[in-house]
Amino acid sequence: MSAPPLPNPPSSAFAAYGRGLQATWTSVFSYVLFGTYIGIGALAHDFGFSLTWSMLCTLIVWAGPAQVVLISSLGGGATVLAAGIAVCISSVRLLPMVVALLPMLKRPGMSAWRLVAPAHFTAVSMWVEALRLLPGQPREDRIAFCNGLGTGYLLTAMTATFTGFYLAAKLPPLASGALLFLTPLAFLMSTLRNSRVLIDYLSLGFGLLLGPAFAWTQSEFDLMWSGLVAGTAAYIIHRFREAMA
Amino acid sequence: MSALSGEHAAYLALILAGFLPNEIWRFLGVMFASGLDEGSEILVWVRAVATAILAGVIAKLTVFAPGVLAAVPTSVRVCAVLIGFLGFLAIRRSVFAGVIVGEIALVLGALLFGA
Repeated sequence: MSAPPLPNPPSSAFAAYGRGLQATWTSVFSYVLFGTYIGIGALAHDFGFSLTWSMLCTLIVWAGPAQVVLISSLGGGATVLAAGIAVCISSVRLLPMVVALLPMLKRPGMSAWRLVAPAHFTAVSMWVEALRLLPGQPREDRIAFCNGLGTGYLLTAMTATFTGFYLAAKLPPLASGALLFLTPLAFLMSTLRNSRVLIDYLSLGFGLLLGPAFAWTQSEFDLMWSGLVAGTAAYIIHRFREAMA
Repeated sequence: MSALSGEHAAYLALILAGFLPNEIWRFLGVMFASGLDEGSEILVWVRAVATAILAGVIAKLTVFAPGVLAAVPTSVRVCAVLIGFLGFLAIRRSVFAGVIVGEIALVLGALLFGA
């Protein structure tokens, strides 16, 4: 180690992409993501979708909750309109995530088109890791780094979708039932993990109780109504508590 | 897929009900990246509704289970989720621990009380 360190390691977009890709291998999110998407692959199989459809769904939707809503509502016989509305509401959280991420990537005079790929890659896993790791990356390399992170996670998720789909077809019933059970468990635990304040717990709790209750009404938009009622009730209690404080 | 017939309809539904209503938020995020307050009241409410929708899906998948999971009695599924929740609380609020404990409860419950 006698040679003096280079003042700036030779950085290129390609190397930054590689660093992003590499960062996903050591991330705990890769394991959570793998388990979640094994469940989603198994779910898609049991609701009667094809393997190609399921993999394409992971590639172009790339949001676990939205995919579970889509697969279970379309697969359960909901219309495209009802499924689309439920997906749309379940994905609103992507907007503030993209809004928070982009200022870290932007440079003056940059074309908005360069932000399309990082915006598509934005999902909980990539977002949390990007916010943590980006400050250590030179600004001119950040988009490539983000694309590397996104590619790594997306490849992990697509491999898991494939694996889950095939396992659901091949395993004995109890084992593939256990795979399907990964979806509700993984989403419940990660929603709990992300809950910080009262309103988070209330909307989760009310939603858990009202989801099945509204399903009994056989309404086409049961998921949307249960979400609106449960979420609004949680919000009103939150506002009431704030006013009292 | 009773509302759909054929493979083409399934792909059309994927675009219309899956890709577009989801991707619109990423697109709007790029458009409005400046000038949106993270803590604005409308976003607080929207996040609460989104969480409740996801919670509704979690509960529906547990109570009205799809495919082979339906062969496991409903009471076993619901109890397994509750036991998984307790595991999550007991073991450092770990997602991994909660999932594993819930899965073990499901498999044991199914073996004991009939799958």
